[in-house]
Amino acid sequence: MQYQSQAVAKPYFIAAIGLFVGQIVFGAILGLQYVMGDFLFPEIPFNVARMVHTNLLIVWLLFGFMGAAYYMVPEETETELYSPKLALILFWVFLAAGVLTIIGYLAVPYATLAQITGNDLLPTMGREFLEQPTITKIGIVIVALGMLFNISMTVLKGRKTAIIMVLLLGLWGLAIFFLFSFYNPENLVLDKIFWWWVVHLWVEGVWELILGSILAFVLIKMTGVDREIIEKWLYVIIAMALISGIIGTGHHYFWIGTPEYWQWWGSIFSAIEPIPFFMMVIFAFNMVNKRKRDHPNKAAMLWAMGTPVMAFLGAGVWGFMHTLAPVNYYTHGTQITAAHGHMAFYGAYVMIVLAIISYAMPLLRGRAAGNSKKAQIVEMWSFWLMTVSMVFITLFLTGAGILQVWLQRINENPMGFMEVQDKIAIFYWMREVAGVIFLIGLIVYVTSFFIGGDEEEASS
Amino acid sequence: MSEKFTKSMARNIFYGGSAFFFLFFIALTVDTTAKLPERDHRENITEQVVLGKKVWEVNNCIGCHTLLGEGAYFAPELGNVYKRFGNSKEAIIGFIKSRPVDGIPGRRSMPQFNLSDEELDGIAEFLKWTSEINTANWPPNIEG
Ligand code: HEM
Ligand code: HEM
Ligand SMILES: [Fe+2]
Repeated sequence: MQYQSQAVAKPYFIAAIGLFVGQIVFGAILGLQYVMGDFLFPEIPFNVARMVHTNLLIVWLLFGFMGAAYYMVPEETETELYSPKLALILFWVFLAAGVLTIIGYLAVPYATLAQITGNDLLPTMGREFLEQPTITKIGIVIVALGMLFNISMTVLKGRKTAIIMVLLLGLWGLAIFFLFSFYNPENLVLDKIFWWWVVHLWVEGVWELILGSILAFVLIKMTGVDREIIEKWLYVIIAMALISGIIGTGHHYFWIGTPEYWQWWGSIFSAIEPIPFFMMVIFAFNMVNKRKRDHPNKAAMLWAMGTPVMAFLGAGVWGFMHTLAPVNYYTHGTQITAAHGHMAFYGAYVMIVLAIISYAMPLLRGRAAGNSKKAQIVEMWSFWLMTVSMVFITLFLTGAGILQVWLQRINENPMGFMEVQDKIAIFYWMREVAGVIFLIGLIVYVTSFFIGGDEEEASS
Repeated sequence: MSEKFTKSMARNIFYGGSAFFFLFFIALTVDTTAKLPERDHRENITEQVVLGKKVWEVNNCIGCHTLLGEGAYFAPELGNVYKRFGNSKEAIIGFIKSRPVDGIPGRRSMPQFNLSDEELDGIAEFLKWTSEINTANWPPNIEG
């Protein structure tokens, strides 16, 4: 750690990991409810558990992005953070807002929550991923603006590297597109069109800038390759990401009431979206081949190399699989979507956050470069447990999805939804087993932070 | 990447390309919103439909169901449920009303939301209106 103020990243990373555990516990509950429909009913109905699962995911990823920003900005700009105190205040505000919202989901019926939080004044609730009460949404905006003010002021007084400019742009974009969550027209079609301005323009737009920037930062630090080369790659990757991804939004405008021409725009542009993910793979492996040093933090290296590979598989390959309109006609809103959603979120965003945590946490804890060999080995075990079980979760859901599409949508005598669900239950059972292994992997991951031993020396 | 292709060239492609395609996206969106009225039949959005959308939202129906293919995959598609239930509002209302409070042993079951008659009528009207949106022929068949 070169700058004192980088230390504010630490609570952000700890909170991220804590909420990650919560997310996966609820994932396991959901998986069980898929095969034992009355599990925890009516105390925790499926829709409540799902909200907790997906909202915790988003909130802990945001904690991770913010922690990454507070860690990277001082080091890149070569100056202390504008206000470490503001960063800490915002941390507690965000944590309180997040925890209270989750408690609200679990403690009272959703309709009651909507009522007591004044949803009638500005109705924004009850849409997928945007279930938070309106006041929580306002809190998120305040925290995001506070953070943007803080890091923008820091960047203004310091060195302006490409990595930091891209990160800043990504974070500004995140905040700006979130504002569309406040637009909830009475017309469902319009509602859906602009709902995707949050969801799609996040994960296939501005979040990719954040992803690319964190990856570039970690690679510079770990490989020692010339900044000029790394930043050139970064620009090319994010250029491809936005050029394909913005019009690529059209792959969600096939069947929601929007004009048919979107079938062309959406199919063609989203078919290009895997390219930036593929370039990330080439980029990461190239930089490692050109490395000027062998960094002692092997675990961080593993996360950093795993991210582009899994992001390419989950977003690129599994995304492409169902993105062409004639295919999507049959797969839209099935377990194929769930398969893709899981691997893409894990590969791109979970793994990049775990990569920066793996790189930064030892330094934040006052270690020279990396954790002890023992701790790293445990962390690498958790990498393989979580990553391989995620591959299996994806494969089982894909199996379920193919059968679902066949039985319910293609067959000459289509079966009803619930009947099909019974027929494919075996895949859901296998997914749940893989999910439990994922949870075990996560417990191993948490354990790795408590393993001592001699730390690794910094190498030149 | 080759030496001739410099970082500032890459940066310009990024800023120029993103700006261009974002503006193009806005143009397409404007065109889409202009064409929507004949596809979404907004003239049929009555007070009941508006109430129905609100009931849909504050009970988080999207947490189990898909609506026009978006949402959760735990329970059936509802964009065409009005047609699947034989173009009957009463069938929809009857189904929602009759959900057992304690669920069905061993099986997935929809919660009992205790909706008022007005809310029930709203949600049925909302689903009826939704089923009339021009969705380019989706879903492939009545099962959704
Ligand atoms: C890291 C990047 C990505 C993430 C995190 C991600 C995540 C998701 C999620 C969660 C959904 C489900 C949304 C819902 O609930 O309705 C989804 C849908 C979809 N994604 Fe992605 N995605 C990514 C990249 C891509 C890419 C690159 C492609 C295309 C090549 C793609 C194609 C699609 C399509 C076509 C759908 C709609 C599926 C349907 O019709 O049901 N995604 N994505
Ligand atoms: C124990 C492991 C996990 C299990 C059993 C699990 C299970 C589930 C289930 C059953 C759903 C609801 C699907 C539906 O709507 O019918 C879901 C949704 C979702 N989960 Fe997980 N999950 C797990 C881990 C994860 C992880 C690690 C991530 C993130 C990387 C994740 C991200 C998501 C997302 C983005 C959705 C929404 C998907 C969509 O709308 O398409 N889950 N999960
Ligand atoms: Fe998308």
